[in-house]
Amino acid sequence: MPPLLSVNNIEVIYDDVILVLKGMSLTVEKGQIVAVLGANGAGKTTTLKAISGLLKTEEGEVTDGTIEFEGVKINGMDAEKIVRMGIFQVMEGRRVFEDLTVRENLIAAGHTQKCNRSELDHRIDQVYSYFPRLKERETGLAGYLSGGEQQMLVIGRGMMAKPKLMMLDEPSLGLSPLLVSEIFEIIVKLNRDLGTTILLVEQNARMALNIADHGYIMENGKIVLDDTTEKLKNNEDVKRFYLGITDMGTKRSYRDVKHYKRRKRWLT
Amino acid sequence: MQEFLQLVVTGLVIGSVYALVAMGFALIYKSTSIINFAQGEFVLVGAYVCLWFYSGLGLPIVLAFLMTMVFSVFMGVVLERLILRPMIGEPIIAVIMITIALATVLKSAITIVWGTQIMVFDPPIFSQEAIHLGSVRVSEVYLWTLGFAFLFLGIFAAFFKFTRVGISMRAVADNQQVAQSMGISVKKVFAISWSIGALVSAVGGILVGNINGINSALAGFGLKVFPAVILGGLESIGGAIIGGLTIGVLENIMGSYLDVYLGGGVKEIAPFIVLIIILMVKPYGLFGIHEIERV
Repeated sequence: MPPLLSVNNIEVIYDDVILVLKGMSLTVEKGQIVAVLGANGAGKTTTLKAISGLLKTEEGEVTDGTIEFEGVKINGMDAEKIVRMGIFQVMEGRRVFEDLTVRENLIAAGHTQKCNRSELDHRIDQVYSYFPRLKERETGLAGYLSGGEQQMLVIGRGMMAKPKLMMLDEPSLGLSPLLVSEIFEIIVKLNRDLGTTILLVEQNARMALNIADHGYIMENGKIVLDDTTEKLKNNEDVKRFYLGITDMGTKRSYRDVKHYKRRKRWLT
Repeated sequence: MQEFLQLVVTGLVIGSVYALVAMGFALIYKSTSIINFAQGEFVLVGAYVCLWFYSGLGLPIVLAFLMTMVFSVFMGVVLERLILRPMIGEPIIAVIMITIALATVLKSAITIVWGTQIMVFDPPIFSQEAIHLGSVRVSEVYLWTLGFAFLFLGIFAAFFKFTRVGISMRAVADNQQVAQSMGISVKKVFAISWSIGALVSAVGGILVGNINGINSALAGFGLKVFPAVILGGLESIGGAIIGGLTIGVLENIMGSYLDVYLGGGVKEIAPFIVLIIILMVKPYGLFGIHEIERV
């Protein structure tokens, strides 16, 4: 049985010149929550777009390697076909359709689903049961929602498509800590209750490692470290560079400070 | 006062047809970002094709009308597929030039096939008899025109508001990449936009052609659409409808009252004077893009 998603050694080039991913690989097993961590510009979003087929809209191209979903090669397919196969990318930055109402946003997201009106209403109600605040704003324009509500709406849109794999790109971006934990609780609930496999890209390493089963650390267009989140959380380098934990109480010399500021090179 | 009312009513009739064609124009602009200079030629083609089915082949008007609709949808899809889709991603000026070329080609083709003489729907579809509405006298054909124009405006307003296809078209207009991320086929939406653009223009052409007769000057109708959409705001479908009605009434009133002093022809230029004033005072029109900003 092949894994739900496997990305094998892919290379992505933008505009025929800029090499962004250099031999990137990752595997997502069915039912898991997988987190991808990394600094800005490491290539996390590009990885997601390579999987969802949205690279094409930005002059990007997978030039090497394969992406397989349930054993079927999907790189090179149109984005709409990939959505139909069961992969849904919730894009970074709360990109709601501003001129559509909340309800219309959800209907548009259910575009690929061949279902009748009552089934559609049922799904919208399901989204509202996860995000009761959206129901209150149902007929309002999505552009006027607050940041947290917009994040809820884009995740709700993901639910409408009933994906097997939902890819979330920085859902915590620009939200208050309270909202961040609320959103993460819902992500866990989606995974447990609906059985949606989650691929999560995050800057908020602590949150992501707390809910994920498996974590990947990405730098400069490739994976430099991957392990179960339990082990990652205890990894000295991860602690220092992503969780901001240092050895408390030990005296630190100037040499240590310099070492800390130096850019980490991963040799594993 | 009575004359004024009369002018408003007849202005509304022509304005409703402007509104219909302007809606098609705004739809194409909104979803594909293409300024379609061939919109007026779509009007012309629709009118001639229907006339040919009706007077030429002698089909009943309902059938002729339906076949014209089918033809327009087909024409929209073919033009999109053959000419406009390969231009996706090309500079906007190149695409605009293509629509200008398309306009010329369509107009010439029409002239080759049907000549330049004015042709009329024979026998007339609606009677020309006058009806009295209070103090205002309107011929029956005007009322039918108004009714049909509003019927189609209503149908499409409901289509965009309530059907899933309509909603996904508005989603594409809002943000193409996000729409694609949820599996909406942007290419299909483009094709549908062109089809609807051609279809409403054909309806407009048939309605006006039925009042005034048809010759290639009818394509000038497409030019009048510009003041309407600029007034309403280029990317607003509701704005296009209001703009169309306003321009129709304004040109009628200005034409009638100012012709005495300026010696005629005011009606023809009135919409464009309005166009210039709007561009100077309110360049985005009444309902044009105003990005929603949260506070």
